[in-house]
Amino acid sequence: MIPADTALERVTQVPGIKGSLLISGSDGLVVAERLMDGIDGRAIAALAASLVQRLDRATNGAGMRAPTFVHLRGTGGSVLAAPGRGDLVLVAVATVDANLGLARVKMLDAVSQLA
Amino acid sequence: MTDDIKTLTARLAQEPSSLAFLELGEALRRRGQLEAAYKVARGGLSRYPTLADAHDLMARILGDQGDLAGAFDAWADALRFDPMRIGALKGIAFLYFRAGDVPAALEHLRRASEIDPDDPTIPQAIERVASGPSPAAKPGAARAAPDASATPLEAPPQGAHTNGDHGTMLVDGKGLRLHGTLRGPSDEDVGDRVAAELAGVSREAARTSRLLGLGTWEAIAVESPEGNLFLVPPTPETLLLTVRDASLPLARLGLIAERAAREAREWLARHG
Repeated sequence: MIPADTALERVTQVPGIKGSLLISGSDGLVVAERLMDGIDGRAIAALAASLVQRLDRATNGAGMRAPTFVHLRGTGGSVLAAPGRGDLVLVAVATVDANLGLARVKMLDAVSQLA
Repeated sequence: MTDDIKTLTARLAQEPSSLAFLELGEALRRRGQLEAAYKVARGGLSRYPTLADAHDLMARILGDQGDLAGAFDAWADALRFDPMRIGALKGIAFLYFRAGDVPAALEHLRRASEIDPDDPTIPQAIERVASGPSPAAKPGAARAAPDASATPLEAPPQGAHTNGDHGTMLVDGKGLRLHGTLRGPSDEDVGDRVAAELAGVSREAARTSRLLGLGTWEAIAVESPEGNLFLVPPTPETLLLTVRDASLPLARLGLIAERAAREAREWLARHG
């Protein structure tokens, strides 16, 4: 098991990751964060939580279990989300040239080991 | 055994955790020792499952062995771990070209060109692909294809649109199904239920992208233990959902979804 800070540090070390945060999936509040200056953690938390909730409902509607990973890709970057145990969701913001594969692996590892 | 292969084999034996397997696997492949190359690559992949170079190597070997679906999957995995991997983009472009899907081939080559505008082989490949039929349709012209792998590819990738297919569905902004079907675990049609849940997703994705400075949203990939969902907006007012088994690599699902989005735009133009 690892503490939240360690999980966030592992994710933000991936090239192209501008920051990561641990949020509460049900209310979109920040639990812990490690973000570059100028990035609004509260906005990311609220938006990511809302999007993950919607996708969770859609996935359930398709007869599947809750998402294990979500990737929203924009023309200028990405938001990645890895729902964990309970209500926690590990979220990362990535640049357009980030190593998304590595970020995904690190996030899934980290979220599975969260204390 | 040639000297370089001997040297590389010795180096790998000395340091099994080194990356020498990449050179050794490639050397064996080039000499046509495909079974040995495959074993070396598989061993390397077991140690470095997230290394794009290893998946790229495996793709070239599988291509040489004639396992085109396997090569496609391996290149898709390489892109998953390194979305800017030019060899994988060119390889997939080649497979699409072989399959006769020129637009998809061009799309991947153009993406490769954006990543490395100084690579002179990419515009040459784009020119060749844009100007002629696929080598699959023109026997004996295999070398006219983008030479990403220099492999004797014989047939289009198999099963690219059938593996674990749960369905593809076009939804409007109000959560109503426009076209397509989506099957649940018991093969029941869950399209309307899922469409209703997707009503606000496009708006939410657009809002998230805009507020976080991510530009225009292009796609959402959702992984679940039972399957992967891929959402793309063919138009600003519609959403296309493609669902496949979790065993299908997500990057490959993305390729399928991109193609489906093109078809959806055409369908909307005809029926809109």
